[in-house]
Amino acid sequence: MTNHWVDIKNADVVFVMGGNPAEAHPCGFKWVIEAKKTRKAKLVVVDPRFNRTAAVADFYAPVRAGSDIAFFGGVINYLLANDKIHHDYVKAYTNASFLVDEGFRFEDGLFSGYDEAKRSYAKDTWKYQLDENGFARVDETLQSPNCVFQLMKKHYSRYTPETVEKICGTPKDAFLKVCEYIASTAAPDRTMSYLYALGLTEHSVGSQNIRCMAIVQLLLGNMGMAGGGINALRGHANVQGITDMCLYAQVLPGYLSAPTDADPDLATYLGKRTPKALRPGQMNFPQNFPKWFVSLCKSWYGNAATKDNDFAYDWLPKLGGASDVLSIFHAMYEGKINGFACQGFNPLASVPNKKKVGDALAKLKYLVVIDPLATDTSEFWKPHGEFNEVDPAQIATEVFRLPANLFAEHAGTFTNSGRVVQWRWKAVEGPGESRDDTDILAALFLRLKEMYAKEGGALPEPIMNLTWAYTQPARPSPEELLREINGKALADVTDPKDPTRVLVKAGDQMPAFALLRDDGSTSCGNWIYCGSWSPAGNNTARRDNSDPSGLGQTLNWGFAWPANRRILYNRASCDPSGKPWDAKRSVLRWTGAAWSGNDVPDMRPDAAPEQNVMPFIMNPEGVGRLFSRELMAEGPLPEHYEPFESPLDRNPLHPDNPKARANPAARVYKGDMEAFGTAKDFPYVATTYRLVEHFHYWTKQSQINAIMQPEQFVEIGEELAAEKGIKAGDRVKVRSNRGYIKAVAVVTKRIKALDVDGKKVHTVGIPIHYGFKGATKPGFITNTLTPFVGDANVQTPEFKAFLVNVEKI
Amino acid sequence: MQMNRRQFFKICSAGLGGSSIAAMGFSPTAALAEVRAFKLARATETRNICPYCSVSCGVLIYSTGDKAKNSQGTIIHIEGDPDNPVNRGTLCPKGAGLRDMVQSANRLKWPEVREAGSSEWKRISWDDAIERIAKHMKADRDANFMTKNAAGVTVNRWPTFGFLASSAASNEAGYLTVKTLRALGVTQLDTQARI
Amino acid sequence: MALQSLDIRQRSATTTAAPQARHTIEVAKLIDVSACIGCKACQVACMEWNDVRDEVGHCVGVYDNPADLTENSWTVMRYAEVEQDGKLEWLIRKDGCMHCTDPGCLKACPSPGAIIQYANGIVDFHQENCIGCGYCITGCPFNVPRISKKDGKAYKCTLCSDRVAVNQAPACAKACPTGAIHFGSKEDMKDYAEKRIADLKERGYDKAGLYDPPGVGGTHVMYVLHHADRPDLYSGLPVNPSISPLVALWKGAAKPLATLALAGVALGSLFHYVMKGPNEVSKEIEEEVEKEAETEDTK
Repeated sequence: MTNHWVDIKNADVVFVMGGNPAEAHPCGFKWVIEAKKTRKAKLVVVDPRFNRTAAVADFYAPVRAGSDIAFFGGVINYLLANDKIHHDYVKAYTNASFLVDEGFRFEDGLFSGYDEAKRSYAKDTWKYQLDENGFARVDETLQSPNCVFQLMKKHYSRYTPETVEKICGTPKDAFLKVCEYIASTAAPDRTMSYLYALGLTEHSVGSQNIRCMAIVQLLLGNMGMAGGGINALRGHANVQGITDMCLYAQVLPGYLSAPTDADPDLATYLGKRTPKALRPGQMNFPQNFPKWFVSLCKSWYGNAATKDNDFAYDWLPKLGGASDVLSIFHAMYEGKINGFACQGFNPLASVPNKKKVGDALAKLKYLVVIDPLATDTSEFWKPHGEFNEVDPAQIATEVFRLPANLFAEHAGTFTNSGRVVQWRWKAVEGPGESRDDTDILAALFLRLKEMYAKEGGALPEPIMNLTWAYTQPARPSPEELLREINGKALADVTDPKDPTRVLVKAGDQMPAFALLRDDGSTSCGNWIYCGSWSPAGNNTARRDNSDPSGLGQTLNWGFAWPANRRILYNRASCDPSGKPWDAKRSVLRWTGAAWSGNDVPDMRPDAAPEQNVMPFIMNPEGVGRLFSRELMAEGPLPEHYEPFESPLDRNPLHPDNPKARANPAARVYKGDMEAFGTAKDFPYVATTYRLVEHFHYWTKQSQINAIMQPEQFVEIGEELAAEKGIKAGDRVKVRSNRGYIKAVAVVTKRIKALDVDGKKVHTVGIPIHYGFKGATKPGFITNTLTPFVGDANVQTPEFKAFLVNVEKI
Repeated sequence: MQMNRRQFFKICSAGLGGSSIAAMGFSPTAALAEVRAFKLARATETRNICPYCSVSCGVLIYSTGDKAKNSQGTIIHIEGDPDNPVNRGTLCPKGAGLRDMVQSANRLKWPEVREAGSSEWKRISWDDAIERIAKHMKADRDANFMTKNAAGVTVNRWPTFGFLASSAASNEAGYLTVKTLRALGVTQLDTQARI
Repeated sequence: MALQSLDIRQRSATTTAAPQARHTIEVAKLIDVSACIGCKACQVACMEWNDVRDEVGHCVGVYDNPADLTENSWTVMRYAEVEQDGKLEWLIRKDGCMHCTDPGCLKACPSPGAIIQYANGIVDFHQENCIGCGYCITGCPFNVPRISKKDGKAYKCTLCSDRVAVNQAPACAKACPTGAIHFGSKEDMKDYAEKRIADLKERGYDKAGLYDPPGVGGTHVMYVLHHADRPDLYSGLPVNPSISPLVALWKGAAKPLATLALAGVALGSLFHYVMKGPNEVSKEIEEEVEKEAETEDTK
């Protein structure tokens, strides 16, 4: 979230598309209800189903699963065509005026530079025109045909309300009503909070779905404002924190892009990752990348990381290619992985195409499951009737199951979706011999270290030199670890303007990331968490919930990254002169000498407005990107492509170009392409989702939640049910080209058939949550049905739009 | 209203008989007013965070005992932390049922192994489990570690081992996990952020 | 706890008047249906707090689970998909004991002290004194109490009398994520309801209003409804609930007759209970009474 949970109460319009917060985040959703109660805010919901959020909405419109970009494109077109944008904001704080390379083209559904064989783009034309100083050229009048504003206007002029209706199945009048609500927040003193979740991300065009809303919010001037923002409602309690710690291959803690084979040495590596400003005078904050990276190396390798050995750069593994949950399971399926561990993760249930995942696990030599519960994955080798048909004798994988403690049984921090890091205290001991995750990791690592010390082996240096100064080596405490994450001064840190002035004494905790150094004199395990355990102590444990501004900022509760800032880009809540766009919801203002207000400024505190330092400090441009340059895989402006499995055999926008039917830049493995089904055999759109009574594949193990929603079901509209002779409570079989599940039918008025491109399209809703292990009735795993393909940028699987058939059993 | 004589008599005898019992002095007055004792009195209260969704609601965990040496606490109730600015004491059906998660019948209590081709679990000690896993890992790492790629660039990675990290683990556990895995050269790494 | 006895308004089948000296605040739970997302947090919180667990049932083709109130499910959400003039609404209502000011269950109950109404308005069942006859069900205009198959006693929502006794909100009200359940003094709840109704009217719900039915003397669980003119849309919430005339009759006209003339029968019935366990109500009477209750509902 660019904003935070409580801030939703400051909105005038809450727009939900691609999420169902009443279902998935009820306690956060209370702030939507609060906005309705106290500000007369309007809640607008767009979803294939009339869901629990829609039940309390002021307006609901249906949309076909997998057609979001067509809808958003229509919204962008509406705002531009009807001049419903926040002009001053767009002109000053976005790249609307930037001039784009003359060679940039968009033709017949493809951008310039497409290579069909590689399914990717050469992006050399997706760039700004630069002047002799390397700064982007701009046209302040926004009239040049090559400026972002005009390119965008032209691009989205095709997305008329009629086109939206044709592709999305959303009736034109309902679409226009949604547009009116959204457009009402173009006024400087009105804001819209945009809420989304996996309904937007779990598509082969997931990242571009989100880009669309970023464009909308920038056009409306809603970024940086209280009650505004792009608010990703994330999954697990600490999915934000685990993402921040970067437990995924592409990045190191603090989102530091990981070394690849193309970065042979530290200088090359840092050079590529330390951008130059694209406009004069901008903060271009990522220019500090070397400080963050070197401080991380010092944190991990201590004295063994020196200037002479490039701070142990070579000990970091280089990324050799794709590495994400889909590529990992594909490699495993191809027999390229021998050992595998999953920690609090149930991939047999969570990853698409259960059959492929099960077959892949069976090729492992050893599998280690670290979990508080007996998961489906840990028993992938065990027959569970029709739900898991396997022959254990044929599966040679050795499986270890290690009991881990749950939240109540250990201390430490979780980071919520609003980036607030909060300390937890331990309540009780775990059952039997269960252990903390940290103890399990420590035991394994120390045993390996012992073996390498004794026997040697492949590259023992990083193992032998990894810092491990924990009081009890086998039991690193959460306090010690959080102090390490925050970082400390290894030598006196002095003021660059006055070297006699010591800012942080050697050995002291670092107070803020602004003081990190790239010379090895500071350590920091994750720069964005710097300040969480400052010299003042454990800031994540702060429990002062006072809220003097009434905006819900609670600056003394826990610690928000970065720098305890609660609303990102908050400089944009003021006009260029430093005056709040809306004085009643003032987050920040220029006092004449400094930026101050009800939040930590997202701006150099002494940057006077006339210096023209723009609010989007993490971008080298200093402004928000309507046009995303070469940063996205499938284009700098989002374009609608059909899901890989779609009821339409062509893209209605590009009916004659089969290359532009589905995302042209998405990665599809051999075998998976062949496993896609077509509308001839599987005529209905399926979409999977969560229920409020359950959490992933976890609460099926909890008695009380099993009571609340005991058995797998699928939702079918009344019209389709009548066609198929299915009554509520009947058992049905749902098939995709990858397998089948059986479930109870819930027949509902809340899913309607849609008229799409002249065809009647039915949607089948399929909750996840069930499996063969748990307190709920044993059932099939929903991901038996789903396709093994992901978003082109981050590989999030396309769980939200695929094809099935349904029959009564 | 229709009621025949027989029914009327039945109601009077079975029902109103009770009124008369009280009139005749059998009324158990001492018990009449007692509400159920407030079960949290003297329970130990611990502040924590719900592990489910990213709202990260503050919870108060109530457990038996007072943490005395010989008293092992058991959770008897979990409810919302009213001080937490986000949930303000509320909880959803998942959070409100947390006690049943902690006390799930499917909690794992000790390390187990399923041997190759076997149809069952076997309980093993922590030492055995760690020893066996570490041996597998070392053998695999030593055999398949890649120090240089085809172009001769130092890459120092271990491509044959994969790890999926929990999004329900604490930041501290996550940090220690990534630190140790990177030191081992693991690049086949992902988390439950996308699914 | 003993002092609590002074805060009783009335108790079942007891002729001695309850002590009336003290005056405590009348409490109420307000359920704002327009803010309810049907998340079942209230159901879970209720079960967890009260240490009851229902069976893991089945999906019967709707979201409702457990499908009905039981001795272990003291509150359930009821989901109604209502389409009027082309507009679909999902009306979700938390069902459970309404804690009537004039409680039909208490009036019908033959067992001394099995049902108690506290001065704060809570109507509570004391299972120790329950003989399991099921008359409370007959007497209830909302069809709420349920007899346990395990111990033959009647159970229902206590409005968390144990929590309210120590000045805590009921578990459901505290948990409710969207504030659809509020708890406080009845007066404050009515004031709050007024604000909610004004907001709903502004949003086009002309018939929004408070459900605090006079037929049972008002309730200590009230609803804000967007369609207060059609309570029946909300999974059959009674339009004008009142105590079955059958119960009213024997409690009124028949009562003196019974007390004076049937002392012997009463004593017999006590011995019957002590020696043979709970009474069973004849099927005939039950059906008759239910039929009676139904005719009342539809009036």
